[in-house]
Amino acid sequence: MQIAKKRGFAIAAAMLVAASSSFAFTPAVVYDQAGKFDKSFNEAAYTGAERFKKATGVAYREAQIANEAQKEQVLRNLARKNIDLVVAVGFSFTQAVQTVAAEYPNVKFAIVDDVAKGANVQSVLFKEQEGSYLVGMAAALASKSHKVGFIGGMDVPLIRAFGCGYTQGARAADSKVEVVSNMTGTTPQAFNDPARGGELARSQFDRGVDVVFHAAGGTGMGVLQAAKDKSKLGIGVDSNQNHLFPGFVLTSMLKRVDNAVYDLFMAGKNGTWKPGIVTMGLKEGGVDWALDANNRKLISKDMEAKINQAKKDIISGKVKVVDYRAANSCPVK
Amino acid sequence: MDMFFSVLDATLRVSTPLVLAALAGLFSERSGIVDLALEGKMLAAAFASACVAYLAHSPWAGLGAGIAAGVLVALLHGGVSISYNGNQLISAVAINMMVSGVTPVLALAWFQQGGRTPTLDDSERFTALPMPFADAIEQSSALKLIFGHNILVYIAVAVIFVVSWVMYKSRFGLRLRAVGENPHAADAAGISVKSVRYIAQAISGALCGVAGTYLALAQTGAFIQDMTAGKGYLALAALIFGKWRPWAAVSGCLLFAFTDAIQIRLQGVELPLIGSIPDAFIQAIPYVLTVVLLAGLMGRAVAPKAIGIPFVKSR
Repeated sequence: MQIAKKRGFAIAAAMLVAASSSFAFTPAVVYDQAGKFDKSFNEAAYTGAERFKKATGVAYREAQIANEAQKEQVLRNLARKNIDLVVAVGFSFTQAVQTVAAEYPNVKFAIVDDVAKGANVQSVLFKEQEGSYLVGMAAALASKSHKVGFIGGMDVPLIRAFGCGYTQGARAADSKVEVVSNMTGTTPQAFNDPARGGELARSQFDRGVDVVFHAAGGTGMGVLQAAKDKSKLGIGVDSNQNHLFPGFVLTSMLKRVDNAVYDLFMAGKNGTWKPGIVTMGLKEGGVDWALDANNRKLISKDMEAKINQAKKDIISGKVKVVDYRAANSCPVK
Repeated sequence: MDMFFSVLDATLRVSTPLVLAALAGLFSERSGIVDLALEGKMLAAAFASACVAYLAHSPWAGLGAGIAAGVLVALLHGGVSISYNGNQLISAVAINMMVSGVTPVLALAWFQQGGRTPTLDDSERFTALPMPFADAIEQSSALKLIFGHNILVYIAVAVIFVVSWVMYKSRFGLRLRAVGENPHAADAAGISVKSVRYIAQAISGALCGVAGTYLALAQTGAFIQDMTAGKGYLALAALIFGKWRPWAAVSGCLLFAFTDAIQIRLQGVELPLIGSIPDAFIQAIPYVLTVVLLAGLMGRAVAPKAIGIPFVKSR
């Protein structure tokens, strides 16, 4: 009896030690219902978390929601389990992060791609206009008709910022280039209408456009498909979409969610994490353009050099890309 | 001139799924069953066709699966509305919500691509048919307008003729209209109201199946969450606009597609005298036109008399 009690005590003590050693630093990442391997945002977040694990040897926790209603529940679960920093990926988590962060003031929260309020929340935003500028240059350099197109999803300032950066880049590469721009709609449905996306792309091709950039989510799938059907060039967005139609996707404007997650985890580990808004541009590795085996043949050495030069100039501050959201207007048409 | 044909070309492409869905709605509503479920039936068909076309490497297998899925969902709506005398509006809304939720979940579980189905090869899609006398046709925009489409567009055109014949010239059409106007009289005349309504539902599902397949396999090359994006409701509006008559409903669809094609091409264009019109106004054109036509020019739209009322056999 006595021995059993002692043993029980020893086990409890051992558990206590284990608990305190896990106190070191444990971050967590939460994926939305698109799943860890969605070839898009979630997968990028996973890549970033894996990179952090390799670099530091610190394990991280991950969780995935199965439906909208689980968002708060999953965040709460992680916050309760001594997780130091919970990173939620995607703007759909905004409300949930705001609610749960207020309930657990001692846990750090972060949201990627939107702003959530709270004294213990960091919001990571991207300078979409800078990445769009680079693919705008690529479009203008690749266009033979000197007409390039832009197709946005829902007509909101964020999507206009893509178009505005794109136009600035296209003009920088070719001062005579004409930019034809379309918005899919004014409701969130505008991001889920590939048939309409294809139709918009075809209307632009009929007007002489031969390279089209989409910032329209699922609608963009129709844009890229139409570009392939008509043997024109499309430009992907958010994640690397070059692989979707090799030879017909000129490049992709990347949001480096992997870098965002990696930086967040690192900051948490090193104690440099701060609440507030962080905006990641080219300089911070937040946005980029995609060059891989699928589009290598479409990007000439000359184009590559020009685009990379512009990238350097933006990073050094020599070239300033105007953000549409700053004044809700674009300096170029 | 090229722009003119470009608009007409777009009108044909955009109106095809609307026409099919509107005619689907025609069968259902003319038999007395409100058909708000067009959206759900099309979405289910789009999903099924994309899955099967991908797995079987054949667009025709995809079309078969699309039609099967459409019919299945339609019979569910029929079961609630016809056999169980349920509320038809609620059944349809529930079906739309269910399909919108179930399809991305299944796609995610099966293909792991964030709720989409894999991108299809051209050999797995309905692409534009090879044109006869291709050289001569390349020269003429007018001929391109007639020939340069995929097979489903031509099927849709054929369906219009068949439907209007069935509705007005066939015995089944007469029974269908009777059941939708006065089911008790039809019943007294020895027509089985239930079976006519079930057949109407099945036809409606099959047509929606073709429409959904068109969205997934012809206009795009994959299934995407909620990709019908309100086309079912638009088709229903065209049906009401056409006073539940096939040709008028088809013209409604063509009108929607036409104004939409113009709207797309007017965005950001500098017009003489007026200058550039804000996009929001241009995007409102099709809807404003609908309201004006419905309220002003069309006159009173009289629905089938027995629509929405479950048929309970009088004893």
